[in-house]
Amino acid sequence: MNITVCVRRVPDTETRIKIAPDGKGIDPTGVKFVLNPYDEFAVEEALRLKEQAGQGTLTAVTLGGEAAKETLRTVLAMGADQAVLLKGEPSFDGLGTAEILAEYLKDRPLDLVFFGKQAIDDDNMQVPAMVAELLELPCVTVVVELQRKDGVWHAKREVEGGHEIVEFTTPAVIAAQKGLNEPRYPSLKGIMAAKKKPLEEVEVGTAESRVVLERLTPPPERKGPVFIGEGPEAVSELVRRLREEAKVL
Amino acid sequence: MATVLAFAETRGGRLRTVALEAATAARGVADALGADVAACVFGPPGVEKEAEALRRHGADVVVCAAGESFARYSPEPFTHLLAEEMARRDPLVAVFPASALGKDLAPRVAARLRVGLASEVTELRVEGGALIAVRPVYAGKAFASVRFASRPALVSIRPNVFQPRENPRSGTPAEAAANPVTISARTRVVAFEEEQRGELDVAEAPIVVSGGRGMKGPEHWQLLEALVEALGPRASLGASRAVVDAGWRPHAEQVGQTGKVVSPEVYFAIGISGAIQHQAGMRTAKVIVAVNKDPEAPIFKLVDYGIVGDLFEVLPKLTEEIRKLRASAS
Ligand SMILES: Cc1cc2nc3c(=O)[nH]c(=O)nc-3n(C[C@H](O)[C@H](O)[C@H](O)COP(=O)(O)OP(=O)(O)OC[C@H]3O[C@@H](n4cnc5c(N)ncnc54)[C@H](O)[C@@H]3O)c2cc1C
Ligand SMILES: Nc1ncnc2c1ncn2[C@@H]1O[C@H](COP(=O)(O)O)[C@@H](O)[C@H]1O
Repeated sequence: MNITVCVRRVPDTETRIKIAPDGKGIDPTGVKFVLNPYDEFAVEEALRLKEQAGQGTLTAVTLGGEAAKETLRTVLAMGADQAVLLKGEPSFDGLGTAEILAEYLKDRPLDLVFFGKQAIDDDNMQVPAMVAELLELPCVTVVVELQRKDGVWHAKREVEGGHEIVEFTTPAVIAAQKGLNEPRYPSLKGIMAAKKKPLEEVEVGTAESRVVLERLTPPPERKGPVFIGEGPEAVSELVRRLREEAKVL
Repeated sequence: MATVLAFAETRGGRLRTVALEAATAARGVADALGADVAACVFGPPGVEKEAEALRRHGADVVVCAAGESFARYSPEPFTHLLAEEMARRDPLVAVFPASALGKDLAPRVAARLRVGLASEVTELRVEGGALIAVRPVYAGKAFASVRFASRPALVSIRPNVFQPRENPRSGTPAEAAANPVTISARTRVVAFEEEQRGELDVAEAPIVVSGGRGMKGPEHWQLLEALVEALGPRASLGASRAVVDAGWRPHAEQVGQTGKVVSPEVYFAIGISGAIQHQAGMRTAKVIVAVNKDPEAPIFKLVDYGIVGDLFEVLPKLTEEIRKLRASAS
């Protein structure tokens, strides 16, 4: 079984985002970077499938700069066999990144390609379906459960008000949602072993952005509390204000 | 005449609220660009009758693909048909809802046409004849103003942000879509597992009541369910991650950076501390209400209205007063 997992290096969720003076990006000083949380579910699922199969190769791929090697090492430490750094810059929208990933993937033996549902920096939620479209592969996004029965795969996908059960055959693209599994932490042994695993580098350059960032701004400030009451006695006043002032009841 | 396209999502042959939001957003852009709005509606036989509501919300033209093969979302046929329709009409802009369906479909159409897509847009405006979209990034810790280097400009709009507005157009009959041929799908939906509360998802509900660890255990959720019930059919339940990780509530209800992003008219945070990852999912709510016994809880930095107190005392009273209010109003 040949599995590829596409991962991305992103700022940690706790990070305070400081906008760079030119308004064209964030100030990276003091920012801790991590493996995109949704990609952890993708890696974990891929590892489990490979372990169940008892054979196969798991390759981690990222498009990013030199620093993204650290992210690949994390995935190798979790248990991936090899890693590829497509050295360059991702696009602001998903398409340029997807084109580079699809170009890399198109001639490789593939059973499954895993992605995270969404990168928590650009919050695009685009790359997996775009790669699938470019490669003409079946694709299920927002997957919370994955099963194989008699050679046919079933993925459970989150939609409004419930779940769809989607049937497909491989090769295919899966985008992982929280709930799919409980990702493992890299063990000390894994971290040591990762240092000796192959990490290939391919120069790809900057991906084309069709959506162009004009400027980053801080989120609109919330106005702050207009009413804070204490205890159950405050309920009547709260309800009155929600109706008359906020007009939401 | 130039065109702005709106994708009008249906379920069970009926328009969803996000379809009217897409039509409304498209109308706004079209007016600024001097363009017409074409709304695309795909669904089972009979879905043509939904054209009326789209026209009422600003669609000049309604393009309809009605057939059993469009009764349920399937990526390839939908992508194919929409791409054909775009080739035919050459729109300046296409607006999708950032719903489960829209977030799957829009990237596929973008890849098919090789054009840019801006996701989860919260504001659209036209400057010097060009579309500018504003969208949250870094989980809402920053907002990006973007423009488009390809045409059509594709956007998906965050549910509940562009409130449906009536702007009636004269009634030409719905047109048939360009080429409703059946394209074979690469995946097949074999079942739909419905949740108890029906289709009003926390991400799209105009009123959200979320519970956190302060609720103490899943057995107390009836208190929140009673509040939701009192608030009426536009309200839905949400949860913090702590509660989901503890197995008290399903993941589909989680609000936050690794859950759903919600933008309701009013958000109730009950026994939720307001960690930065939770804020990421709810800080664009129009009105935020919190009940928490700790006056120092970070949630109070966000709220418009709050009560410092024991939720087990406050909730029943709140539910009762809202129930009374709604009973007297109806
Ligand atoms: C990578 C990552 C992603 C994450 N993603 C998310 C996410 O998507 N969504 C999310 O919510 N969190 C997320 N978190 C977790 C987040 O950091 C917090 O741990 C979580 O939000 C806390 O949930 P809580 O507010 O329910 O619990 P707590 O922080 O424990 O807060 C409970 C609150 O209840 C109050 N309380 C207790 N008893 C009562 C009472 N009787 N009456 C009134 N108030 C009472 C307390 O004062 C307290 O403020 C994420 C964390 C990480 C690291
Ligand atoms: N630069 C990248 N390199 C490799 N994979 C990526 C990259 N950017 C995004 N992805 C993958 O695509 C998923 C969705 O990202 P996005 O569409 O950017 O929200 C991520 O969870 C990753 O699995």
